[in-house]
Amino acid sequence: MSAVATTPLVALDGASRSFGAVHALRGASLALRAGEVRALMGENGAGKSTLVKILTGVDRPNSGTVLVDGEPVVFHSTADSRDAGVAVILQEPTLFPDLSVAENVVMGRHPRRSFGRIDRPAMKKSVQDLLDRLGVDLDPDRPVQGLSIADQQIVEIAKAMSFDARVLIMDEPTAALSGREVERLFGVVRALQARGAAVLFISHRLEEVYEIATVVTVMRDGEVVHDGPLSELPEDELVRRMVGRDVNQLFPKTEAEIGDVVLDVRGLSREGVFYDVDLQVKAGEIVALAGLVGAGRSEVVQAIFGVDQATEGSVSMNGTDLPLGKPTAAVAAGMALVPEDRRQQGLVMDMSIGQNATLARLGEMRSRGLLSPKRERAEASQWGERLQLKYGRLSDPVGTLSGGNQQKVVLAKWLSTKPRLLIIDEPTRGIDVGTKAEVHRIINDLASEGLAVLMVSSELPEVLGMADRVLVVFEGRVTAELSRAEADEERVVRAATGRAPVTEEIA
Amino acid sequence: MSTPVSAPPGPSAPQGPAAVAEAEAERVSTGRRVVDRLIRARELGLVVVLLAIVGITGAIEPNFFDLDSIKETVLNVAIIAVMTAGMTLVIVTRNIDLSVGSILGLTAFLCGDLLTKHPGMPWIVAVLVAVAIGAACGLLNGVLVTWGRVPALVVTLGTMYALRGVAFLVTDGRQINAEDLPDSFLNVGSGTLLGIPTLIVVAVVVILLFWFVTRDYAWGRQLYAIGSSGRSGGQAAKLAGLKSDRRVTQAFVISGALAGLGGAMFAARYGTVDATAGDGYELRVIGAAVVGGVAIAGGSGSVLGAAIGAVLLGTIQTALIVLKIDDFWQQAIVGLLIIVAIALDRLIANQSEALLRQRSARRRTSA
Ligand SMILES: Nc1ncnc2c1ncn2[C@@H]1O[C@H](COP(=O)(O)OP(=O)(O)OP(=O)(O)O)[C@@H](O)[C@H]1O
Ligand SMILES: [Mg+2]
Repeated sequence: MSAVATTPLVALDGASRSFGAVHALRGASLALRAGEVRALMGENGAGKSTLVKILTGVDRPNSGTVLVDGEPVVFHSTADSRDAGVAVILQEPTLFPDLSVAENVVMGRHPRRSFGRIDRPAMKKSVQDLLDRLGVDLDPDRPVQGLSIADQQIVEIAKAMSFDARVLIMDEPTAALSGREVERLFGVVRALQARGAAVLFISHRLEEVYEIATVVTVMRDGEVVHDGPLSELPEDELVRRMVGRDVNQLFPKTEAEIGDVVLDVRGLSREGVFYDVDLQVKAGEIVALAGLVGAGRSEVVQAIFGVDQATEGSVSMNGTDLPLGKPTAAVAAGMALVPEDRRQQGLVMDMSIGQNATLARLGEMRSRGLLSPKRERAEASQWGERLQLKYGRLSDPVGTLSGGNQQKVVLAKWLSTKPRLLIIDEPTRGIDVGTKAEVHRIINDLASEGLAVLMVSSELPEVLGMADRVLVVFEGRVTAELSRAEADEERVVRAATGRAPVTEEIA
Repeated sequence: MSTPVSAPPGPSAPQGPAAVAEAEAERVSTGRRVVDRLIRARELGLVVVLLAIVGITGAIEPNFFDLDSIKETVLNVAIIAVMTAGMTLVIVTRNIDLSVGSILGLTAFLCGDLLTKHPGMPWIVAVLVAVAIGAACGLLNGVLVTWGRVPALVVTLGTMYALRGVAFLVTDGRQINAEDLPDSFLNVGSGTLLGIPTLIVVAVVVILLFWFVTRDYAWGRQLYAIGSSGRSGGQAAKLAGLKSDRRVTQAFVISGALAGLGGAMFAARYGTVDATAGDGYELRVIGAAVVGGVAIAGGSGSVLGAAIGAVLLGTIQTALIVLKIDDFWQQAIVGLLIIVAIALDRLIANQSEALLRQRSARRRTSA
C-alpha cells in the first residue's frame, strides 16, 4: 500500500464479509483521497460490489471498519453515508417505478416551499439541469416505469449527482451506456475531481478505466491484491493481477460459412419508436445493432421477437411470415431472445441457479415425466464451468450471485437452447475481461454451427470484433449498414450520432 | 439545449422548421401529458359513469331525484368516503386494513355510550374520544405489521374479528337509541352547515386535506415511494433512507382514526347503534378505493379518485334500491364493477407503459 500524507476522505480498513461459506471480502482495505479517481478492478464475484455496499452502509462487515476523515463510523443506511457526503451508484438500479424521474432523484430530500409543501418547480428544474449536464433527454415528469436499463442507470447517476458529494462511488455505472453517455459522465466526474472530490469507479471496460482513473485497486477472491498508480500498471499486467493468469483479450473471430437467410425483417415500424427497419440475418452470420442509448435498438429486437407489438412491417423466419406481437410464435419458429434487463426479464430471482440455467429447456430436463434435479445439476454445472461461474452451491437463489455472474446464468439459459436465431441484447453487460472472450467464443462457435445471431451492443470493441455486419441505429432509423471490412470506430460513431460522414472530430 | 441535427426530423412529424419546433415543444411535456391524460381519463371516466347511472335511474324512476333520496345517498357515502381516505393511505403503502368496519362498530358504540351516560358533555369530546380509540386500534395494526413483520392482511383480519369481539363484550347486548342521545349531537348527523349537510362538510374537508397531504407533502409522497418499492422488496425505500416502518404505522393510525371518526358520524347519523354497526364496511371501503383507481399492489392512486369511487358505489346502491332490483343483483353488480375497475386499471397501466416506452425511444440526445 502506498502511504500518502493526506487523510483519506473515506476509507475501509481490514473489512471482511462472509455469506455462509462464501467469503466475499477478506480483510480488504481501500482509501479514497481528495482529487483521486480510483478504479476498483476484479473478476466477477471478486467482491467489488460487496466492498461498495459496506463502504456506503448498504451492508455491514463481519469485521473491519469504515473511516470518514480518519474517524471510525458506522453507516446504517445510504442515508447515513449520504449525510457524510458520500454518493453512491449501485450496480443494479433501485428505483420507484410509479414515481416520476424527478421524484426518484430527490426522494428523501424533497425541496420545500411555504408551509412545507413540495416545491415542484424547483424539483423539476434541478433535475432537468442534472439531466442536461449528463446530456440526456429524459422528461423529469415521466414515471420511471418503462425506462430501459440504461435510462434507469442515468437516473441513478443523476441521483448521485444531485447533492454536493465529497465522495462519489460508482459500481459499473457505464455497463449499459454507449460511448456518448460515458463521455458525458466522465465530464461530470472530472469536474468533481477538480473540485477535490474522491471518486471510486468500477467497470469491466478497460479502456474506460485507463481514461478516467488515476489509481487502481485490484481485488481477487475477496482480497486486495494490488494498490497503486494506474500509470505504472500496463493493461496486460492489470488483467494478469485480476485473473491470476494471462488472458487473450482478442475476440476469437472465426469465419463461419454464411448460409441462407434465417431472419428477414422488412419495413418494421413502431409508431414513435422506430421506423422502416429492414434487416436480414443469415445462418452463420453475426449481425450487430449499434447506436446510442435510447436509439431504439432494444425496441427493434423486442418487436422482432414479439414482446412489443410493431405497428407495421413483416418479420419472417426461414421464409415463413410470423404474426407480429406473438413471442410464442417466435419461439416456435426457433428464435431466442436474451433480454437486456436480467432482473426483470431474464431471471427468476428466488429460484436456484440450477433451475434458472435450465429454465428454458424444461422439456429436456425431464425423465419419466418428472423434472430430474440430477440432470438439471449436471447441465447447469457444465455451463457454469464453461462460463467460469462463481457460486457457492447450484441450489442457492440466483439473486445471491454477483451481477456479472447473474448475467452468465442468463447466457447459459439461452445459449443452451440451441435456437435457429439467437437475439442477444448486451451479451456481456457486467461480465469481466476473462469471461468476455469466452462468451464471444461461444457465440462464435454457435454461429459456425449455422446459428444466426442478432446482437445489440453498446460496447464498440465488441461490435467491431464480433460482427460480420453492423447496422447503426440513430433515432429509430437504421442510418448505416457496414460490412465487417467497412466497420470502424469512426464510421460507427458518426452514424450513431446522426452525422454525415465528413471530417469532424468527435469525442 | 439541442443543436440541430442533420438527420431527418422525427419521422412522423411533418417537415419544415415550424413543425420541428412544434415537435420539440411537444416532446418536452408529452411524457407527462400522456400520463396526465390517462389519469384524468380515469377520474373523468368515473364521473361519466356516475352521471350515466344517475341519468338512467332518474329517467326510469323520477323519484330518484327526490331530495330525500339524494340526501340519503350522500349521507351514506360521507361515512364511507371518510374511511376510504384512510384506506387509500394504507393501500398506497402496499398494505390493507380490514379492521375499519370493526373499529367503526366499536367507536360508534363507545361514542354513543359516552354521550348517553354524560348528557352534559360537549359532543365534540365524544367525537375526539372515538377518533382517539380508532387511532389506538390503528397503532396496534401498524405495530404488528411493521415490528411483527406479519402481513397486513393477516394482522387486520385478526383485529377485524378481535375488535368486533370487543364491541360485543362492551355492548353486552345493549343498544344505543336515538332518544338517549343529546339533540346537539343528533343535529350534527342530520343538520346542515351553510345549507350543506354537516357530515358532507366533514367528508369533504377530510378528503381534501388528505388529497393535499398525499400530493404536496414529502410525507405523502414517501407513502407512494414505499408502496412502489415494496413490489421489489423495498430496497429502493431503504436506500433512500425512508423510515418505512414509521410511515406505514402512521398510515394505519390515520386509517384507524378516520374509522373512529366514521364511527362518531355513524352514531350521529343513525342514532341507533349496536355491536354489529359497520359490519362489512371494510369491503365497501376497499371496493370504493379500488373502483376509484387505487392500485391494490401499492404505489399509485389518489385520495380524490378513491372518494369518487365511494360516491359511485353509493349511488349505484341507491339506484338499485330505487329501481327495486333484487338484493342479490345489487351485490353481483357491485362485484362486477370492482372487477371491471381492476381490469380497466390493468389496461390503463399497460397502455401507459407502452406509451411511455414509445416516448423514451423518441427522445433526442442534446449535444
Ligand atoms: N447476499 C448474498 N448472499 C450470498 N452470497 C453473496 C451475497 N452477496 C454477494 N455474495 C457473493 O459474494 C461474492 C462477491 O460478490 P460481489 O457482488 O461483491 O462481486 P463483484 O466483484 O461485484 O462481481 P461483479 O463484477 O460480477 O459485479 C460472490 O461470490 C457472490 O456470490
Ligand atoms: Mg458487482
